[in-house]
Amino acid sequence: MKVGIIRFPGSNCDRDVYQALELAGGQPEYIWWNQKDLSQIDAVVIPGGFSYGDYLRAGAIAAITPVIEGIKSLVKDEKPVLGICNGAQILAEVGLVPGVFTVNINSKFICQWTDLKVETTRTPFTSMYKKGEIIKMPIAHAEGRYYVDYIQELKDNDQIVLKFASENPNGSMEAITGVCDQTGLICAVMPHPERASLTILGSDDGLKFFKGIVNY
Amino acid sequence: MTLTDSEMEYIKKEIGREPNSLEYGMLDIMFSEHCSYKSSRPVLKYFPTEGEKVIIGPGDDAGIVELTEELALAIGIESHNHPSAIEPYGGAGTGIGGILRDIMSMGAMPVALLDSLRFGPLEDQRSRYLFEYVVKGISDYGNRVGIPTVGGEVEFDDNFKYNPLVNVMCAGIVPKKDLVRAVAPNVGSVFILMGGRTGRDGIHGVTFASEELTTASEIEDRPAVQIGDPFTKKMVLEATLEVLEEIPVDGVKDLGGGGLTCCISELAAKCGNGAKIELTKIPLREEGMTPYEIMLSESQERMVFVIDPKYIDAIMKIFEKYELPAAVIGEVTDTRKMVVEKDGKIIANLPADLLSDPPVINRESRKPNEHRDYLKLEYTDPEESLLKILSSPNIASKKWVYSQYDHEVQVRSIIKPGDDAAVLKVDDMKAMALTCDCNSIYTKLDPYHGGAGAVSEAIRNIVSMGAEPICIVDCLNFGNPEKPEVFWQFKECVRGMAEVAKCFETPVISGNVSFYNETEGVTVNPSPVVGVAGIMDHDNIRTSDFKDDGDIIIIIGKTYPEMDGSEYQKTLHNIIQGKPPKVRLKDEFKSAKAVLDLIREDKNGDITAVHDCSAGGLGVSLAEMAISGDTGAVINISKLPKEGDLDNFQAFFSESHARYIVTVKSNRANEILDKIKAPKAIIGKVGGNRLIIEDLSINISLEKLKNSYYGVIEKFMA
Repeated sequence: MKVGIIRFPGSNCDRDVYQALELAGGQPEYIWWNQKDLSQIDAVVIPGGFSYGDYLRAGAIAAITPVIEGIKSLVKDEKPVLGICNGAQILAEVGLVPGVFTVNINSKFICQWTDLKVETTRTPFTSMYKKGEIIKMPIAHAEGRYYVDYIQELKDNDQIVLKFASENPNGSMEAITGVCDQTGLICAVMPHPERASLTILGSDDGLKFFKGIVNY
Repeated sequence: MTLTDSEMEYIKKEIGREPNSLEYGMLDIMFSEHCSYKSSRPVLKYFPTEGEKVIIGPGDDAGIVELTEELALAIGIESHNHPSAIEPYGGAGTGIGGILRDIMSMGAMPVALLDSLRFGPLEDQRSRYLFEYVVKGISDYGNRVGIPTVGGEVEFDDNFKYNPLVNVMCAGIVPKKDLVRAVAPNVGSVFILMGGRTGRDGIHGVTFASEELTTASEIEDRPAVQIGDPFTKKMVLEATLEVLEEIPVDGVKDLGGGGLTCCISELAAKCGNGAKIELTKIPLREEGMTPYEIMLSESQERMVFVIDPKYIDAIMKIFEKYELPAAVIGEVTDTRKMVVEKDGKIIANLPADLLSDPPVINRESRKPNEHRDYLKLEYTDPEESLLKILSSPNIASKKWVYSQYDHEVQVRSIIKPGDDAAVLKVDDMKAMALTCDCNSIYTKLDPYHGGAGAVSEAIRNIVSMGAEPICIVDCLNFGNPEKPEVFWQFKECVRGMAEVAKCFETPVISGNVSFYNETEGVTVNPSPVVGVAGIMDHDNIRTSDFKDDGDIIIIIGKTYPEMDGSEYQKTLHNIIQGKPPKVRLKDEFKSAKAVLDLIREDKNGDITAVHDCSAGGLGVSLAEMAISGDTGAVINISKLPKEGDLDNFQAFFSESHARYIVTVKSNRANEILDKIKAPKAIIGKVGGNRLIIEDLSINISLEKLKNSYYGVIEKFMA
């Protein structure tokens, strides 16, 4: 399973995702932002960071780079795409997942561990969890408050992937912090599964996200 | 301008003529205290700097010490006090930027940041503003570059109202075989300037940092503050790592204080070489910059690579990939001169070692008169006193600060902020502990014991995590060294620090001196910030939270009646007076060794928690262990090892050094107690949901402890 990790100038969780994918048994490789042709790749992860410094709205510039075209054709071939943190913001900015991730309710960057509830197991990334399972992963973002105009539609289509299970630190709508497109193949999550991929770091609950990709 | 008459005489004698105005500016910054360490150098010789594991000691961009067979630790610390006083957001951000470049210059990937911050009281509006924006500056910069901020400390005191202290420590990891140095050994090699363009910011940043601040500084000195760009920094970092992987470079150095002048002259002088720079080659941010501005600019995010000319194309290709401006700006020569040319015409020509090695100044030092008006203090209610101390912003939880920092990126953070020290994964076997500490009040009351105490406390924090200290870095923040009383403080402090470092055979491998922390007559409390790194096996990592009901609580080390300079004295009586706790070298070492021996021999996890005693004494330590473990304890303190006339109240709040609290499995308690080769006693048992001190009428619910400890800073900053 060749999993591409998209690198924008300013991505900073690329190496961490690489390590987690290796642990999960995948074959990760880096893909630079200007590569359009992703036909040799089986799945893609857009890692966290501050693409192009994110001096504008998070993800605004990354969303108009050539690699996004490649990701769109990957989607047409029904290959899975996971956006983590800045990656999630980029997917929302492009419109590949519904809703937006906007400024946290306290207007500050928040880094902390959170309890999360797995809301659906129909995406490749959550296929190895149980529905309703509570898992531990950290968040680290300034713009992660989820908002969408048509929440009922998401519920009807089973597009809510993760919710904060106890505290809702960034003030997200209905504590939602992970969503997918209608097919379930494109998934955007604010928490960092790669940072919860080894017990010694606090939890390995996140590793199944990557195992899910590898086993897809 | 800061050159003294005697320095001008010296310069004229050395070059046999008057320097021209460009040369004058270059000499001026290189002779500044910040670049030259001309006052501090003779005193810094007290420090032990050598050791079995030291690979590179003081003098390079960062210190290097061995971590494992393959890996080395690059570590450094820097102050950014003056810029942060004037422009807190930019000042703090570029402080991070500077220390990151120092670590990158050694070929290392920065893996951790720690900040030591000092501000005026939170009741003061301007202090809150400085605090909020310094933290935001660190957050925005460190988070963007993707370097976790894993620890630090914050102190609030009236004394720092006009002169906040912002010290930043950074650790990096580098395979030993990939180490690079700041050198230009080969004549004919070229200098390549890469990264941010050179602009008009930060001109005279170092001379401004080598003078006292005034109320007008906020307006007048703004141009001396550099502008940071963490996004470009991230690109510079990635490009640097790629260059070091692909190209055999002669040397690398970052551009920090003193800009191009400092960077190039030091690179050349270190190898007894010279340098020739062509000004028109330097990528500029704006038109019409004078040679003076270009050579003195401290624009950020710039690096110089020294390479054989045959690699120019290869290196440029890498910089193009990251869209970073870069240019060949000159070459290494054998003239021992630093020559600056403009369109081939020489406009400055100075001996490189005159720039890089100005003469030291032997400053006068004088012990100040002691204050003798000592007030006798009445005891307050012990329970209320403990709660008040827990709510003091200096002791209370710093979650408001560290939750704004990404402390998880790079997936190494084993122990997160909030414990004695941060612990980071080095490889699958080893981890390292990092801390930085200082007690400015002790140092004010007695610089020798304050300095020694800072090193002792930092070492205790490392030992408490189960790690063996391997090196020390220091950031010494003092007032104007031209004042004999300030210089005496400085000398005594360094002497104290050096004694502890020698006793633990832990070398001081890098550091920074920040003088002139004064504003209109107010001198900051002398603040020796001490960073220590330690190494351990994963299995030996311990934390401070109480674990299981029934665990037995043991104190190691003697308690003395040492209440002066304590958090109790300050918080409950608003008084700072007397003699601070003494550092007793042998005791400090004995206690540390006892703790490390226990952990090393602990194969079954019988040692369940370790914490040291420092600010707030035994009381605060026990409360912190209970709060973080969400478990109470029942304590009887009358039996603890002590000396002198010590009652239970003092035993609870005294801040004597050399003390640790350890919890152990109950069935092994007596056996373990016998093994400890230091003064020790069982003082209680973990369990329940209250902290009960039987012989001091303290009986507090966990909830009340937590309510006092958490949310304090948040209330001020809401």
